Amino acid sequence: MHKEFLMGNEAIALGTIAAGVNLVSGYPGTPSSEVLETVAKRRTSDIYVEWSVNEKAAMEVAAGAAYTGARSMVTMKQVGLNVASDPLMSLEYIGVKGGMVVLAADDPGPISSQTEQDTRHFSAFSKLPCFDPSDPQEAYEMVQEAFEYSEKYETPVFLRPTTRVCHGYASITVKDEAEYKVHNFEGFTKDSGRWVIFPRLSYQNHIKIEARNQTLADDFSEYSRNRIYQACRKNVLLKKGIASGGISFTYALETLEEAGMAKLFKVSTPHPFPERLALSFLEGLTEVLCIEELDPVIERELTYICGKYHLPVKIYGKLTGHVKNAGENSRDSVQENIMQFLGLASDSPNMVSADSALSTDSMPSLPVRPPVLCAGCPHRASFCAVKAAMKGKKTIFCGDIGCYTLGNAMPLDMVDTCLCMGAGLGIAQGVGHMEPDTTCFAFVGDSTFFASAITGVINAVYNQADMTLVILDNSTTAMTGHQPHPGTGRTMMGEIVQKINIEAVLRGIGLKVVEIVNPLDYEASVECVKRVAWEPGVKAIIFKAPCIALTKPSGSLAVSPDKCINCRKCIRELGCPALVISEKQVSIDSSLCTGCSLCSQICPVNAICPPAEKDKGGVCHE
Amino acid sequence: MNKNIILCGVGGQGTVLASKLIAAAAMKKGLPVMSAETIGMAQRGGSVFSHIRIGEGLRSPMIARGTADVILGFEPGEAVRMLPYLKKGGQAVVSIRGIMPVTAALSGAGYKSEEMLSYLEKQVEHLLVVDTEKACRDIGSPKVLNILLLGAAAHSGALGLSDEDIKEAIKEHVPEKFHDMNLRALAYTHPDTP
Ligand code: SF4
Ligand code: SF4
Repeated sequence: MHKEFLMGNEAIALGTIAAGVNLVSGYPGTPSSEVLETVAKRRTSDIYVEWSVNEKAAMEVAAGAAYTGARSMVTMKQVGLNVASDPLMSLEYIGVKGGMVVLAADDPGPISSQTEQDTRHFSAFSKLPCFDPSDPQEAYEMVQEAFEYSEKYETPVFLRPTTRVCHGYASITVKDEAEYKVHNFEGFTKDSGRWVIFPRLSYQNHIKIEARNQTLADDFSEYSRNRIYQACRKNVLLKKGIASGGISFTYALETLEEAGMAKLFKVSTPHPFPERLALSFLEGLTEVLCIEELDPVIERELTYICGKYHLPVKIYGKLTGHVKNAGENSRDSVQENIMQFLGLASDSPNMVSADSALSTDSMPSLPVRPPVLCAGCPHRASFCAVKAAMKGKKTIFCGDIGCYTLGNAMPLDMVDTCLCMGAGLGIAQGVGHMEPDTTCFAFVGDSTFFASAITGVINAVYNQADMTLVILDNSTTAMTGHQPHPGTGRTMMGEIVQKINIEAVLRGIGLKVVEIVNPLDYEASVECVKRVAWEPGVKAIIFKAPCIALTKPSGSLAVSPDKCINCRKCIRELGCPALVISEKQVSIDSSLCTGCSLCSQICPVNAICPPAEKDKGGVCHE
Repeated sequence: MNKNIILCGVGGQGTVLASKLIAAAAMKKGLPVMSAETIGMAQRGGSVFSHIRIGEGLRSPMIARGTADVILGFEPGEAVRMLPYLKKGGQAVVSIRGIMPVTAALSGAGYKSEEMLSYLEKQVEHLLVVDTEKACRDIGSPKVLNILLLGAAAHSGALGLSDEDIKEAIKEHVPEKFHDMNLRALAYTHPDTP
């Protein structure tokens, strides 16, 4: 054992390695990505790791490994689980031989996601057991226990951390390499009665699953991480209790702890719900406040138990309007909820006193700072080119998920729709079928193309759609932290492999017009869009330039004040964070500018150029 | 020693490394640490923060309002945003240099970081404004902002960590070729530095 300062996701990764995992697959997605990355970085020699092409592929790869008796993990964010749900729903009916942990990270807020869906519900829906850690140390241990439960009950299990657990850091105690479990496995044994899903088998296994979950609920009532914290002696007669789980539990515990103000129930396995333990928690109470994020899962379970056993306990939470029903909880919101529930004033001597330095509320209006594309991001140039080429035409720009979703912000304003990974293609087709006079564009990144756009292209070609596919190829999966993908020619095992060529894929599907252009060449890009968009049927433009966050900037440009006519065209059209106004004059923040030269190509009077040329008073742009 | 520390700024300013160094320095002293930071979309130029907590008996990495001992503001407006977290008598260390949000450049409204600084001056008893503009020029890199602020906070005594503690952490967590530059940034605000 030794101590390490680890991010929750890193702790989960080390726990997974310590549990003797044999294979880890996944698809990047905030807040889950660091789990697989850390396994790859810290793995012992016999662990296989891959970024799969999408979550469905990852789920199937991990299932295959578990069929052989190996221990496997698959990682994704909550919306990725939607993509993987097809294999997962069936897999539960088949079961596994080796332990299999499905890591699906939820994102209350949402901070970096399209939805606030709750994997605990998915767990009940798919009938998989679910483990819900509250902090990195617990996540480290819990993932190891999850493998044990998975093997004992021959079912995949969920580990469902949320953003603040995934991205929270703590100094925690972890095992040394010598203490790691070695998991040997027997290999796949043919048995079609077990591994081939048929209606009859599903029926029989359904019966077994329901029975097993009953047993498991009892087993979970004994699980040490489901726990009742008694109120201290002076509050023991209080008939109020708090039920919580995940990160919210830590906020609740901190609020209550010093004073031992009320009985507290920590739910670490929201499904199957530890009913027997819940009964002993409810005993003697008249009111319970449930503090959880996303959906009211604990609240509904307790309400159900009270109904089932005719208990005279009132259950409060999101359903009753006592806790807000959307967004993440904070240390402060939980404290407020609890204080109100217990009928205490917020300056009660037992509480962490919020003795803020602020005396008045005369705060100046704060800068609004939505995320933006990086200075020098090639996506900005691609959007500008399409915008310029299509000026005055009736168009729709269907966006997708990735850094380029940020193309929606002013002044680019180039994302008319965004739904989920790969959806832009289908939406462009649907709009086009209904509005033939609209020129339909779908924008998709390179990683998203491989993950979920290829079927959309085939659908478009087969069904005679008229649309322009714009591929923003920056050779990485930028938004989630620059993971490799099939087009990069690198794998998570560190091998250099054949790159899958996007142009060849498109031509293979049957596209006749596919053009590749460097978006940072503004004129050529505008011309290219004009040419291609005019062609009939399905055609594609591949804007190819590397993500600026991964390339060395070529040195910053500067605005020459004697040439600049202060028309502000650069600012109005680009929204590059390096273009600022200081003392009423447009200027470039040299600490941010990467020298991509887009602004200099747009400036009508060639006032933007490298600083040296500016000093010489030379000509800026050829 | 129990400390609640908040770092805040704009995505890309290096708050993440600074919080790692604080944590590493505290761990070296055998203290338990918990922290949380913004990862994801906001890292692209949005408002970002880190909460760092040092000491025994921690349950969660998130700091309650009015309980932060120190705020390290990498940008004046972001420091103002986090001010409700500062406790009475707490220390704020703030970079003088404002970063104009794209929204402000666009609307032509501009953004006055001086307004933010004068608000901080009125509100915060223990305020240290670091002339990071001059410092970065002197040191020759805009990348040392985080270490400059870290150094200033350490010298104020509010972090409960010494220069030596942080020096060790830099040596362990920063690539060697940047050691010199960062150690100069660390010492820049030290009273003994000429
Ligand atoms: S990380 Fe890369 S792709 Fe994302 S905004 Fe920055 S430059 Fe663009
Ligand atoms: S060259 Fe212009 S557009 Fe490109 S990063 Fe610099 S300021 Fe921004």
